[in-house]
Amino acid sequence: MMEDSLALPLWLDALIATLFLGGAVVALLGSIGLARMPDFYMRLHGPTKASTLGVGATLMGSMIWFAVGHPGLSVQEILITVFLFATAPVSAHMMARAALHRRVTCRERTHGEPWDEMDRLRGYTESSSSSDSQR
Amino acid sequence: MTATIVPIALALFSLSLLLNLYRLLRGPDIIDRILGLDTLNINAIAVIVLGGIYVDSSLIFEAALLIALMGFVSTVAMTKYLVRGDVIE
Repeated sequence: MMEDSLALPLWLDALIATLFLGGAVVALLGSIGLARMPDFYMRLHGPTKASTLGVGATLMGSMIWFAVGHPGLSVQEILITVFLFATAPVSAHMMARAALHRRVTCRERTHGEPWDEMDRLRGYTESSSSSDSQR
Repeated sequence: MTATIVPIALALFSLSLLLNLYRLLRGPDIIDRILGLDTLNINAIAVIVLGGIYVDSSLIFEAALLIALMGFVSTVAMTKYLVRGDVIE
């Protein structure tokens, strides 16, 4: 099944194994943060940073693995990595904006309320409740 | 060394998939479910890539690329539906 791994030099094998294991541990930490954090705005931090780094390290290890042991260069990993790194901040931004628009509750000790800033923006004043008319 | 590391990494990624599934099923708000689904997509890409290394074939990577594309498009469509009330206006 994986008999090509015997042909690799030791340092390259160790590099690929480190990338796989580090990526898996970092992605697991991000998912633990997603499952355990008390608040949506805190929960957004875990997977959008840690999981992207973990999957990026795994894809980089896979790129080295298929570039060394097989003829030809595999382009799919580079495509997936570029696409993932370009789209993960965009989707995180869209989810944070949707959560602010829906006024998802945050913890009691959070400093400041971002909904007041959202009310001042154009386009949100029609749909928001009447907190702007008092100031 | 890699032959022993790949099943361990697959087990860790499966554990993180289970944690994402927990957040997807239990999330208090709908935006928590969207976040859990997005993270599930990203971790499924890594599981597919590690599975392709495990069976030693690079044919399966088109599926990973397709899942990355569809996950991003569906996340953007769901959040846009939540903000605007419509996907394409």
